[in-house]
Amino acid sequence: MTTQEHDASVYERVQQSSEFQELKRRFRAWTFPMTVAFLVWYLLYVVLSGWARDFMGIQVLGNINIGLILGLLQFVSTFLIALAYSRHAEKKLDPLADKLRHEVEEQTK
Amino acid sequence: MSSSTLSTILFLTFVAATLGITFWASRNTKTAADYYAGGRSFTGVQNGLAIGGDYMSAASFLGIAGMIALSGYDGFLYSIGFLVAWLVALLLVAELMRNSGKFTMADVLAFRMSPRPVRTAAGVSTIVVSIFYLLAQMVGAGALVGLLLGITSAEAKNWTIVAVGALMIVYVVFGGMKGTTWVQIVKAVLLMGGAALITVLVLAKYNFNLSALLGAATEASGKGAAFLEPGLKYGTEAQGLMGKIDLISLGLALVLGTAGLPHILIRFYTVPTAKDARKSVLWGIGIIGTFYLLTLVLGFGAAALVKIPATDTAGNTAAPQLAAAIGENFFGSVGGTVLLALIGAVAFATILAVVAGLTLASSSSFAHDLYAHVFKKGTATEREEVVVARVSALVIGAAAIGLGILAQGQNVAFLVALAFAVAASGNLPAILYSLFWKRFNTAGAVASIYGGLISCLILVVFSPVVSGSKTALIKGADFHIWNLSNPGIISIPLGFFFGWLGTVLSKEYNAAKYAEIEVRSLTGVGAEKATEH
Repeated sequence: MTTQEHDASVYERVQQSSEFQELKRRFRAWTFPMTVAFLVWYLLYVVLSGWARDFMGIQVLGNINIGLILGLLQFVSTFLIALAYSRHAEKKLDPLADKLRHEVEEQTK
Repeated sequence: MSSSTLSTILFLTFVAATLGITFWASRNTKTAADYYAGGRSFTGVQNGLAIGGDYMSAASFLGIAGMIALSGYDGFLYSIGFLVAWLVALLLVAELMRNSGKFTMADVLAFRMSPRPVRTAAGVSTIVVSIFYLLAQMVGAGALVGLLLGITSAEAKNWTIVAVGALMIVYVVFGGMKGTTWVQIVKAVLLMGGAALITVLVLAKYNFNLSALLGAATEASGKGAAFLEPGLKYGTEAQGLMGKIDLISLGLALVLGTAGLPHILIRFYTVPTAKDARKSVLWGIGIIGTFYLLTLVLGFGAAALVKIPATDTAGNTAAPQLAAAIGENFFGSVGGTVLLALIGAVAFATILAVVAGLTLASSSSFAHDLYAHVFKKGTATEREEVVVARVSALVIGAAAIGLGILAQGQNVAFLVALAFAVAASGNLPAILYSLFWKRFNTAGAVASIYGGLISCLILVVFSPVVSGSKTALIKGADFHIWNLSNPGIISIPLGFFFGWLGTVLSKEYNAAKYAEIEVRSLTGVGAEKATEH
C-alpha cells in the first residue's frame, strides 16, 4: 500500500484556489486565537498559584477555595473548547475539506 | 489469602489475557502499516481509550494521587497541565499529522525537507525522549513492588524489572501496534474502573460532600488551610522567586510537551481518517479529564484516611493504602484485602502498558527513520523494516531492563518532566513550524530539534536535580550553576528560536512541497488508508 502520487502542480493550483484559502482561513481563524486564549488562561492560573496565594486561598463554599474552583474551571474550559472545536470542524471545515479532496482526487485519477 | 497473593493472581490474569490478545494480534500483523499503525483500523473510541491508556502512567495514577495526599493543592496543579496540553494536540496537531504522516513523527518533518538529516534528528530525539520516560517507569516498577507486595530485597526488585521488561518486549515484538493498542484499551478500562470504584466509596463516606472531604483532609494533614492552597510543593516561600519561576517552567513543559511526545503522536496513525483522529482525542480528553478528577478525590481521600509512611516521600503508596482503608471501612478486612489487591494489580498493568507504548514508539522510529531512510536510504523492503523494528524493540527493551536495574533506588522521577521538556522544546517547534510556516526548511528543523534537546540536557545537568541538593542524582558533588529544576521556561523559547534562526540562515525552501503538505494536511488528499484483512 503506497501513498497516491499526484502531479505536484495540482497541489499548487489547489493551494491558490479561493476555496482552499477559505478552508485555511476558517481553520486558522478559529484554532490560532483559541490556542492563544487557552494558553493564556492556563498560564494565568499557574501565575496566580505562584504569586496570588492569599487570593487563591479565599474560601467560597465551605472548604472549597478560589484556587480549587479556578482549577476545576480549567477542566470545564478544556472540555468545552474540545467540544466547540469538534462542532466547528464538523460544520465549517469537514464539508469544504471533503469537497476539495474529491476534486483533487478526480483531477489526478 | 493475603492481598499480595490475590494481587499477584489478578495481575497474572491480566497478563494471560493480554498475552492472548498479543498472539491474536501477531497473526494479523503482516505489513508495516499493521506493525507500526495497527492497520489504521481502530475506531475513534478505541483509540481514545488507548490514548488514555498510553498517557495515564503509574506516575500519574500513583504519583498525582500521592502528590495530592502529601502536598494538597499543588498535586492538583500538576494534573491540570497534563490535561490542558491535550487541546494543543487536538487543535493544532492530531488531524494534520494524521493527514500528512505515515508511521512516525519524522514523516511529517521529512515531507518537505531533506529527509536524512531531519529523520536523523527526529529519530534521535524520539529515542532519547522515550528512553528517559521508559527508564522512569522501569525504576518505578521496582519501587512499586516493594511497596505493594512488601518486598524489600534488591534482588526481588531487579527480578520485577526483568519480568516487566520481558513482558513488554513480548507485547511489542509480537503484537506490534495492534497488540499494544489492545493492551492500552484493557488497561484504561481497568484503571478507570478501579479509580471510579474507590472514588465513589470515598465520596460515600463523606456523604458526597466535597467540602467535608477537604475539611477532613486538611485536618489530618496537620498543615492547616495551607494544604488547600498553592505553595506546599512548588515554588515554596523558602525557595523564593526562583521556585516560582520553576513552577511556571514546569507548567509550560507540561502543557506544551504532550503534543511532542512520540508515543502519543504515533497514536494518531492508528485510525482510518483525520476525523477519527479528532474523535479519538475528544474521547482521550474526556477519559483523561475524568481520571484526573478521580485522582483529586483519591488524593484528598488518602490525606484524610491513611497515614503515609515517612519513607514514601513521593506518596506512591497513597492510592493503594486508601484502597485498603476504604475497603475495610465498608466491607471489613476481606474488603480491604480485595481492594488493595485490585489497585496493586491495576498499578502493574498500568506500568506494563505504558512501557510497551514507549518501546513501540522508539523501535518504530529506529526502524522506519534511522534504519530504512537514513542507513538504507529508502531501499529497505517493508519486510526488512518490520524485522528491524522487532529486533530493535528487543534491544531497546533489554537496554531498558539493564538501565532500570542500574538506576534502581535513584531518584529518577525528574526524567518524566525532562522527557516533557525535551518534547516541548525540540519536537513541538519542529512539528508546528513544518505544518504552519511556509519558509521553514531543513536547517530550521535540525536546529530546533537538536537545539531544544541539547539546551534541555545542559540546563538539567547544571541544575540542582543532578548535583548540589539533598535529592540530587549525584550525591556528594556540587556543580550546579542555576536553581532551575525544570528547563522548559528557557529551553522551549530556545527551541522555537533555533528553528527560526536555522531557517533564516539557510536559503533552502521548497514552495511546491509546502503547497502539497498544506493541501494534504487540511483536506486529507492522499492520506494513508486503513488496510483490509
